Amino acid sequence: MNWTETEPIISIKDLHKSFGSLEVLKGISMDVMKGEVVCVIGPSGSGKSTLIRCINALNDINSGSIKVEGQEVHDPKLNKLELRKKVGMVFQQYNLFPHRTALQNIMMAPVKVLKQNPEDVRERAINLMTRVNLTGKEDSYPGELSGGQQQRVAIARSLAMNPRVMLFDEVTAALDPETVKDVLITIKDLAEDGMTCILVTHEMGFAREVADCIYFTDRGIIVEYGPPSTFFSDAKDPRTKEFLSQIL
Amino acid sequence: MIETITSFFLQLADDYPRWNFIFFYDSFQWWRLVGGLKMTILLSIACVLLSVVIGIVGAWLQGSPRRWVRLLVQGYIQFFRNTPPFVQLLFFYFALGQITPTITGPDGWTEVPLISNVGWAIISLSFFAGSFNVEIFRAGIEAVPESTREAADSLGFSRFQSYVELVMPLAFRVSLPALNNNLVNLIKTTTQAIGIAVPELLYECVGIWNDYPSALYPTMTVLFFVFIILVGILVAGMHKWEKSMQIPGYGAS
Ligand SMILES: Nc1ncnc2c1ncn2[C@@H]1O[C@H](COP(=O)(O)OP(=O)(O)O)[C@@H](O)[C@H]1O
Ligand SMILES: [Mg+2]
Repeated sequence: MNWTETEPIISIKDLHKSFGSLEVLKGISMDVMKGEVVCVIGPSGSGKSTLIRCINALNDINSGSIKVEGQEVHDPKLNKLELRKKVGMVFQQYNLFPHRTALQNIMMAPVKVLKQNPEDVRERAINLMTRVNLTGKEDSYPGELSGGQQQRVAIARSLAMNPRVMLFDEVTAALDPETVKDVLITIKDLAEDGMTCILVTHEMGFAREVADCIYFTDRGIIVEYGPPSTFFSDAKDPRTKEFLSQIL
Repeated sequence: MIETITSFFLQLADDYPRWNFIFFYDSFQWWRLVGGLKMTILLSIACVLLSVVIGIVGAWLQGSPRRWVRLLVQGYIQFFRNTPPFVQLLFFYFALGQITPTITGPDGWTEVPLISNVGWAIISLSFFAGSFNVEIFRAGIEAVPESTREAADSLGFSRFQSYVELVMPLAFRVSLPALNNNLVNLIKTTTQAIGIAVPELLYECVGIWNDYPSALYPTMTVLFFVFIILVGILVAGMHKWEKSMQIPGYGAS
């Protein structure tokens, strides 16, 4: 319970997860320190999304343990709201609320869920719009924004809850190439500001630049991991080598 | 002005005995008709609002994690959808009306039922139309993508907050055309309240043509005319509302 910053902010131990008879995660362990940026790469279907969805309890788990700031995520007694305040998540398809403007999307959770003062939240939301470089788009509806703009609103919407950790699940995979860069810049700024991030991504150049550690997953296990400096040049496992040769 | 109208209809009744618009020159019959119209409007508004509330609450309960709650809603829908609404009305008024308590009336000494025939008509019609509304809203809810709901989950929304802030506002827009149809039917079905002597428009019209058989065609004409107007107002209102709720850049419809 008494977590200190010398311990991992996220600690995953021997995580197993099945959908019916399909075992998707077969014993995943991973430690992430505060302020660290971790990239998870691997072939499609290897369980990357499932892994990060387990971290904020969007999926339940079969066995093992996930702790966020020392708190067991899958403890049945856990207050889900406490977890979700700590862990922000951004999805591949943005998943904005289509009937609310960009600014309202950002304000909704702090006002409705955390019951914060709407005027204060509004001010913060406007600052967040600036931070993700979308000043002037406050009153646009999601349907009126490009994919990249929507994704940046989604990032701001998560940040409005002041999370300790941000999870990104292939957030640029659905975007037009021209708008990918703006989203990556936003994430890089966040990482440089010290936000703890776990990113599932196919952007190898980006991973190399921002990650402190890269994990390669294949068929539900972590095949190997390491800092980008060694990961890309001295991959040891043949599966990693093959994957990198295909993608680089 | 009124003078010319009354004399015109008096003359018309003289010339064509089947077209005795008695309520246009006999003030007693006129106020009977107006009273019936008021009651029909009251029934329509009350039933529309109550049935929509029942639909929204029922659709919420239908998504309950508790199995028995879902079964209860399912049983309610099956009962009210699969039995004749007129029989339901009689059941509510005669069967349930017998076991509901009575209270002392305004005169201080007679006992009157807690729920009047008007009350039972509103309750029975609302539950009838409400059972369809539950299904209509459920279809709308199913059209809200799971991923959008997950986004709300991940922001800490409770199931209830997510329903109020996200699921229902989106589902409602999808449900409007089907809801429209059901509410049109509901307004027309208010006429069956005549079965328990609720003084609505049909009841008063039947009264008038019983007293004055020569007024049969005119009262029929009034009935059709009034319902065309009432339903027209509803449809126009819903259409306007639908437009005002359209989301810029969302949905092709
Ligand atoms: N809700 C689910 N129900 C059943 N199978 C699922 C579900 N979610 C994911 N899977 C399966 O789990 C495997 C891993 O999926 P996922 O975690 O999305 O992989 P990745 O993100 O690495 O592409 C896939 O085979 C996928 O079909
Ligand atoms: Mg995925």
